[in-house]
Amino acid sequence: MTTLDTTPAAVAPGPRAATRAWRTLRSSRTATVGLAIVAVHVLIALLAPLLTSYDPIANDASHALLGPSADHWAGTDQYGRDVLARVLYGGRYALGVSVTATLVTVALGTVVGCAAALRGGWFDDVLGRILDAVLSIPSILALLVVVTALGTGPAVIVLAIAVSYVPQVARVVRGAALAVVPMDYVTAARARGESTWSILRREVLPNITDVVCVEFAMRASWVVLLISSLSFLGFGADPPTPDWGLMVAENRTAITVVPMASLAPIIALATLVVGLNLAADGLSKAWGVDRIREGL
Amino acid sequence: MLSFVLRRLASAVGTLFLSSVLVFLAVQALPGDVATQILGKDATPDAVAALRDQLGLDRPAWERYFDWIKGALHGDFGTSLVSGKGVGGEVAMYLGNSALIALVTVLFAVTGSLVLGILAGLYRDRWPDHLISTVSLIGMSVPEFVVATVLVLCFSVALPWFPAVVLYGPDASVGQLLPAVWLPALALAVVMAAYIVRMARTSVIDVMAGEYVTTARLKGLSTWRVVTRHALPSALLPTLHVIALNVAWLIGGVAVVENVFNYPGIGKLMLSSVQNRDLPIIQAIALVSAVVYVCCNLAADLGAMALNPRLRTRGRTR
Repeated sequence: MTTLDTTPAAVAPGPRAATRAWRTLRSSRTATVGLAIVAVHVLIALLAPLLTSYDPIANDASHALLGPSADHWAGTDQYGRDVLARVLYGGRYALGVSVTATLVTVALGTVVGCAAALRGGWFDDVLGRILDAVLSIPSILALLVVVTALGTGPAVIVLAIAVSYVPQVARVVRGAALAVVPMDYVTAARARGESTWSILRREVLPNITDVVCVEFAMRASWVVLLISSLSFLGFGADPPTPDWGLMVAENRTAITVVPMASLAPIIALATLVVGLNLAADGLSKAWGVDRIREGL
Repeated sequence: MLSFVLRRLASAVGTLFLSSVLVFLAVQALPGDVATQILGKDATPDAVAALRDQLGLDRPAWERYFDWIKGALHGDFGTSLVSGKGVGGEVAMYLGNSALIALVTVLFAVTGSLVLGILAGLYRDRWPDHLISTVSLIGMSVPEFVVATVLVLCFSVALPWFPAVVLYGPDASVGQLLPAVWLPALALAVVMAAYIVRMARTSVIDVMAGEYVTTARLKGLSTWRVVTRHALPSALLPTLHVIALNVAWLIGGVAVVENVFNYPGIGKLMLSSVQNRDLPIIQAIALVSAVVYVCCNLAADLGAMALNPRLRTRGRTR
């Protein structure tokens, strides 16, 4: 921790940033554990076809609602589909959509937040008001409206999540960028006549990478939860896609007959989000980003 | 101080105005013609044109916006496209049922999480802290529908204490709904408390490291007195904002939980009106949520000002 450079001096991209990240990882056990859990989930999602020989969407009426056995480790659901196979494949939808949605959201939010901090003045005021107005509409309602209007494709869900979460990211990034903007090297860059975009990319962004990374891990955990809720309500993944939220919705009514069919996706979902939260906690502590103080 | 309050009020009204514009524009942008939707695909063009005229759909958007907002200020949100009843009354009825859940949730979550958060803060890095922090981490890592499902499994199936689903309609009395309120409220409270616990813990740790707490201890005050007289008031302050944010989050959270329990509240209305594309109801719910959000934030800011003398005198804060 003592080796970390906490003063916001311009950090050169490339090998130095990489060693810095590696050092942080080693210094924080929480972050290591969290990222390891997430990595395991990614691996399982990628290697799902090798891990199970069952087809996650193949119905088999003669083997419906079985308990755990040697053939079906986590039993089968009401259509006779292997629960374990569906859980293993289920991470593909959750991770794929969530990672894309979070990347888009954090990228957009970072640009908007930095622009607000750099420009300041009326631009900042107007933007702040608009972001406040968007924030005041519950994200699940915004999501439901966008999805009913445009259909339930993954692209639509990514767009809907960006709309409802960009304001929150922008607000946090703006706060971090405001601390960088008064620095001499930003003034110097302005005096050199550099464009806002190039100041943003070369002077501001390298100095708020830590905040943006923590934001990413934290928003990812929210997005996974939101997408699973959406699937649970029947607006996310279309059946028979294997998805954890959808699985809970499908198997909830049979929970007394085959509890594993509901519990297995719940465990998968919870471990992924715990991993993301641990990563966010660990990184924020190691980098001195006050995650809890920044509004959740 | 008065100018701060006034400025804060003005900004709240401004935010509300902007969000009402956004809500209106978003709903207008939904594809599909409202008149065709009401009459069905087989309607004659004449009938569609007549209905468009009757609903005033041919007038410019800004004119319709002002009509809508003028009605909304008087409590008239138009008529539901599905039931044909007044939107205002319908939303109010469902909202009242949800308020019951919200009230119990906030009571559970705030008291529970403050006690746990302060305990964790006082026993920092010892086993009560580790236990509470782990549980709250898990609490914030599971979605509401999972907590709700597990609660149903425990307290309706294994121990049949509470109903798993509500069989009453939206016009049920408080007495009929009361047995069904506890499980949804508990599910929401668990998720909500997880965030507040973390906040309360951090602020207690900060406050207990402060010089005035050391002074109070040196004066020979008991730990209990130090906590209740010195630590608690200051620790409450930063927690207030998180609580306000969470109350605003509730309106989204109830959507999921109410559907698990089939509870006739605003969340259930939200989902069914989205499915039926009942635009006036969607607009009304979005506007009501915006009002709740803005009011919660306003209350938190003004409350923080009332509790913090430094904010009270400095005047300009954000």
